[in-house]
This record gives sequence, C-alpha cells and structure tokens, in this order.
Amino acid sequence: MVPLDYYIILSAFLFVVGVIGVIVSRNLIVMFMGIEIMLNAANLAIMAFSRHLRLMDGHVFVFLVMTVAAAEAAVGLAIIIAVFRGRESVNADALNVMKW
Amino acid sequence: MLLFVVAAIIALAAAVMVITVKSPVASVLYLIISLLAQSVLYIQLSGLFVAAFLVLIYGGAILVLFLFVIMMLNIRHADLGRDMLAKVKPWGWIFGAALLAEMVWMSMGVSSRMNAVGEDFGSVTAVALLLYGKFVYPFELTSILLLAAIVGAVVMAKRGL
Repeated sequence: MVPLDYYIILSAFLFVVGVIGVIVSRNLIVMFMGIEIMLNAANLAIMAFSRHLRLMDGHVFVFLVMTVAAAEAAVGLAIIIAVFRGRESVNADALNVMKW
Repeated sequence: MLLFVVAAIIALAAAVMVITVKSPVASVLYLIISLLAQSVLYIQLSGLFVAAFLVLIYGGAILVLFLFVIMMLNIRHADLGRDMLAKVKPWGWIFGAALLAEMVWMSMGVSSRMNAVGEDFGSVTAVALLLYGKFVYPFELTSILLLAAIVGAVVMAKRGL
C-alpha cells in the first residue's frame, strides 16, 4: 500500500507546476490550463486524505470541485474568446489597459 | 507501488509538458495524458466513481471544450509567445521553488500509513448515497451554478447581445 505522504508530495509537485505555469506563461490559454492543473492537484490530495481517513465525503468534494471547474472553464473560455475578439491576441501582456 | 511510481511520473511529466510546449493544442493533449495518469492514481485510492468521472467529464468534456475554443480562435503562430521559457521571469521560479519547499516540508508531518477500507469504498452506490443524502443541498446548488455559468458564457462570448 502506497503511503499517504507520497500522494501529498506528488500533489504538491503538481500544484507547483500549475503555479509556475500561471506565473511564467504569457499565453492566456496555457495560464488557464495551469489553473486546471492546480485544481487537479488539490483533488488528488483530497482523494488521498479521504482514503486515509476512510471517509467518502472527500469523493463528494472532488465531484463538486470538478463541477466548479467545468463552470469555470466555460466562463473563462468565453472571456478568452471576448478578449481575442477585441485584441486579436491571447498574449497576457497585450492586456495592459489597466496596468499601472 | 510500481503502478504508483509510473502513474506519478507520467502525471508529473505531462503536467510539465503542458506548460513548456509551444502549441496550445499539444498542451491540451498533454493535460489529457496527465489526467488519465491521475485517474489511475484515483483507482489506486479506491475512488472508482471519481476516476470514471474524471476521465468522462474532465478529459472528455472540459478539455474538448478547450480544444474547441483553441481551434475556433485560429491563433497565429506569432501570438503564441515564443519567449515563453526563453525570457523567464526569475521571480516566478523563485516563488514556485519556495512554495514547493514549503508544501513538501508541511507534508512531511502527515501520518504515512494508509488505513484499510471496505469493499464498497468509493463505489457508485456509496458515493450516490452520500450525494443524495448528506450532501443533497450542495449537489442541487451546483445545478444553479452551472446554469449561471452557461448564461454567463453565452452573454460574454456572443457578439452584440
């Protein structure tokens, strides 16, 4: 049986990959996928703890997180489409109207 | 254990490829590979229903939506940001490394032994009993959330509404 902390450390690595993707990448779509990676890393940690504590509530939380991720993906992609229509670009550096 | 190591390496390597590869379409496909590897981990954690849900909804619906939007946008190659990793922002890497060190340090303290579970842990029946029993209000509220998301997405993406 794989120990719990292996799952937690793997989840930490995945989360940091997502964070670096959001910070470093300038492509809006890749930044968005970084957010998805972070959500999945959190889901993995929830599943591991749920298995460890023998409580199935974590499965329901993962289910709800996935539903929220679906809603977030639909709205976020609509925003990206609206941005692309106005700017003809998905580069985050092109969106500098409100930059100080 | 071997299965965990293989699935973990595939999930992590595919996640790294998602943020380093240049074409967004390849990024989405790598993200699907990462999700499939994570569903193997879910099955290992005896979360069968959630693993199936991950493949069907996440890999099958959300990422296909991503692919659809990327193909609809018809992005020129000049826009893709060639300098994505060539001109790296050092603070991103520094904060990322600090966050990783902190999270690994925190997870050193957790108890490492997994408890044994019964046969029906994570089965469709057991999760459904929770979804329609203890968590019925959050579950029904997600339908309102999805409705709001549909309306919001249509309002934002439709031209001149």
